[in-house]
Amino acid sequence: MSAQNAKLPRWVDYGLIPLLNLTAALLVSGLVVLLIGENPLEAVYWLVQGSLGYSEGVGFTLYYTTNFIFTGLAVAVAAHAGMFNIGGEGQAYVGGLGVTLACLALDHYVPWYVTFPFALLGAVLFGAAWAAIPAYLQAKRGSHIVITTIMFNFISYSLMAYLLVEVFKQPGSMQPESRTFLEGGRLPFIHDVAGWFGIKMASSPLNLSFVVALLACVFVWALIWRTRLGYAIRTFGTNPDAAVYAGMNLSRIIIITMMISGGLAGLMALNEVMGAQNRLLLDYVTGYGFVGIAVALMGRSHPVGIIMASILFGMLYQGGAELAFEMPKITRDMIISIQGLVILFAGAMEHMFRPALVRIFTSRSDDLGQEA
Amino acid sequence: MDFLQTLILTTDSAVRLSVPLLFACLAGLYSERSGVVDIGLEGKMLGGAFAAGCVAAITGSAWLGLLAAILVSIGLALVHGYASITQRGNQIVSGVAINFVASGLTALLGQAWFGRGGKTPQLPNTARFTEITLPFAEPMRNVPVIGRIYSDIISGHSLLVYAAFIAIPLTWWILYRTRFGLRLRAVGENPGAVDTAGISVAWMRYRAVIIAGILCGFAGAYLSIAQSAGFSKDMTAGKGFIALAALVFAKWKPLNALGACFLFGFLDAVAIRMQGTALPVVGEVPVQAMQALPYILTVILLAGFIGKSIPPKADGVPYTKER
Repeated sequence: MSAQNAKLPRWVDYGLIPLLNLTAALLVSGLVVLLIGENPLEAVYWLVQGSLGYSEGVGFTLYYTTNFIFTGLAVAVAAHAGMFNIGGEGQAYVGGLGVTLACLALDHYVPWYVTFPFALLGAVLFGAAWAAIPAYLQAKRGSHIVITTIMFNFISYSLMAYLLVEVFKQPGSMQPESRTFLEGGRLPFIHDVAGWFGIKMASSPLNLSFVVALLACVFVWALIWRTRLGYAIRTFGTNPDAAVYAGMNLSRIIIITMMISGGLAGLMALNEVMGAQNRLLLDYVTGYGFVGIAVALMGRSHPVGIIMASILFGMLYQGGAELAFEMPKITRDMIISIQGLVILFAGAMEHMFRPALVRIFTSRSDDLGQEA
Repeated sequence: MDFLQTLILTTDSAVRLSVPLLFACLAGLYSERSGVVDIGLEGKMLGGAFAAGCVAAITGSAWLGLLAAILVSIGLALVHGYASITQRGNQIVSGVAINFVASGLTALLGQAWFGRGGKTPQLPNTARFTEITLPFAEPMRNVPVIGRIYSDIISGHSLLVYAAFIAIPLTWWILYRTRFGLRLRAVGENPGAVDTAGISVAWMRYRAVIIAGILCGFAGAYLSIAQSAGFSKDMTAGKGFIALAALVFAKWKPLNALGACFLFGFLDAVAIRMQGTALPVVGEVPVQAMQALPYILTVILLAGFIGKSIPPKADGVPYTKER
């Protein structure tokens, strides 16, 4: 029996292996910190202190977590259908356009809770549309989804840069950004919501999109494991031939799955554009789409795993800012390196420790068998 | 005359801009022809550019800089190889990881070692690959048409530019006229057959990945110590992905790669030159539209609307020996 396919206890597969991979990534990161002449343990201290040590830090951590949940879910949904959506970056960026249009159109007239469903719809529709084109080309013209979605990332950078400079930029302003939304186009911050109930919280950009993100997790769980479509998606992902044999329409699955995936990525814009910044900014996605790949991999494409992985990456983001402040030699680029290493160890080399673990666990169960 | 002058200047800058694309595109070609998808061209180039910038700044030697670029790039390529050949991991994920690691580490180490916001120190010309004037460039200038082409477009580039243009026929020759090339193509189409013939699939693919590393090293060194005088943060700016697009556009063939890279380089040069100038019929073309054009063209080609681009059959598929 091959070590790759051997059965391991579930807690090893879903708990121990990701933990070992993460540890390996962090150990290598520690070596990098040593290389630039700083103390890795001190770095870890500031990372944890900065992300979890005080209530404002926690707020920021969860605010970043929100972005990662959306992009992680996006990658996960496509992964269940055996597809690689590397275009989360572009879908989130274009999703921002949907949010911005809704907010700019409505913020003068109505309160935020009326704008909100339109902005949500805008984010989903624009993100889904941006994913639908590569999906259509994959389904009908056979072009590879990975390459097309990469190309669409770059096309979105150009498109959005054009729109921001030529359309949204305010007269007299040098910044390529839209006007700041009024109250009607702003999602309430969690500290404001807590305030309504008389609870005092430190202010942070954490906003209601966090709740939307958690609901999206429930939605994805129900979709994948509790619906006909989810069953079709999983069948297609595990064995496309079986899916054809069962009479499933592959083009339809590809396009619908990718649109759901793109819509989830687009929702990230809700957090950034309507929640935190209250305006459309140039390049505001800055890698969240790509990190979604790491999140989905670490979270094993399961919503619960994705929430945990997102919190981890949220901590890295927020803690990394604090770290760069306390230890100036370790710039925020350290976080990008750590993300890369996590993607490498938890994703590309996820089976590295498997053969050894299989040896340990099979020999132990053999011993047990002999005793019985 | 004015038009001719513009054309010559644009072509000249297109040659310069297409060089990193050429190296990276050929790197991707070796890798993908052997069946290993390479999204990490960008990262390897960036790592190479940083190494070249550092070593050239410290030692004052462009050649040592180039060597360092190649070594670092091979190092990253071997990580990719280990993940995708030995570990049979997801090659796309591995490539994404390498891009992240390279982007993070170069900026981090650059800041920690030199403290100039991720830049390496400005290099003197002695530590760079500088322009070479080919023989007879000056006297030839007055010969009509050919003279200008020779002295303005062909002459006056750094050594690495000529290396890039030599690498194209060389790659063609290796791929189609050597035993190694035949096996390389075979291992990307049908690794099972190659294995049956008693040739190690893994070792073939490792060699392809290492060649990709060497070529990305050249691309990186060109960026930091030939085109510019030092490394700056994220200086590849998506060139690795344009090279990837060029590879698809070239249908994974070396001679086509020359055309694709030059076309994309030319579009880039035109975009820079045309910024803010209006064209006769269409008016002012937004610079962003020009920037997006290589990607749009690639998508259209990939969708089979203008010809058909088919990747090597085993591209991206890890090889598992039958048991």
